[in-house]
Amino acid sequence: MATHNLIQTVTVGAGGAASVEFTSIPQTYTDLLILYSLRGSQAQVYTQASLTFNASSTGYYWKMLQGTGTSIGNQAVTNGSSIGGFNGTGSSATANTFGNLRLYIPNYAGSQFKSCSINDVLETNASTTYMSLVAAVWTNTNAITTITITGANNWVQHSSASLYGIKNT
Amino acid sequence: MPTKLVINCSTGERAEVEMTAEEVAQQEADASAFAEQEAAQQAELNATAAAKASAQAKLRALGLSDAEIEALVG
Repeated sequence: MATHNLIQTVTVGAGGAASVEFTSIPQTYTDLLILYSLRGSQAQVYTQASLTFNASSTGYYWKMLQGTGTSIGNQAVTNGSSIGGFNGTGSSATANTFGNLRLYIPNYAGSQFKSCSINDVLETNASTTYMSLVAAVWTNTNAITTITITGANNWVQHSSASLYGIKNT
Repeated sequence: MPTKLVINCSTGERAEVEMTAEEVAQQEADASAFAEQEAAQQAELNATAAAKASAQAKLRALGLSDAEIEALVG
């Protein structure tokens, strides 16, 4: 049975932070899961987010499907400099609401290319908000030791991230 | 300079550090790419809505009722 072990959890402080980065990730699990609760200061319902591994800015391929409550969209990027297409809540959303994001990375410590999936749902009391699904691959065979999520603007206070390691016991 | 919250998973140490110039450039490039994608997506939606309105107007000019148009195109 797969068990989820909390490795680290962090909450953004009063000054906000443009980026949240987990480093020196232990290589003793099979998969990684990060649960984010994010609100950024972008003047939209959303705050655009991007993801990188090991501080690399090359070799990301991803496809996004998105619904907004009033329209649908999609985007595909080949050989990009980061993984995008997903969001945290923005400053135009209802006050004190945060977006929920889930990042899953199987076989992060292996020597194959690294795939991951991201799903997010933003919260706001309005007819238009965003929910996205992203499937991505990083064409790099190095084990993932660092994961960075960056906002188009600062992640505000009380945004949080919890990193879990998953393995069979 | 924007800051980055860094959590060392081995030691538990947390630090708030300034982002490098390269990281800031990456952040700005990502934001720009996203804005372009949003604009393109909105333009596509607008074009689709305009085409639908135009088609409905032409059907109306042919004598179809709104209910008949709705039955045809939704």
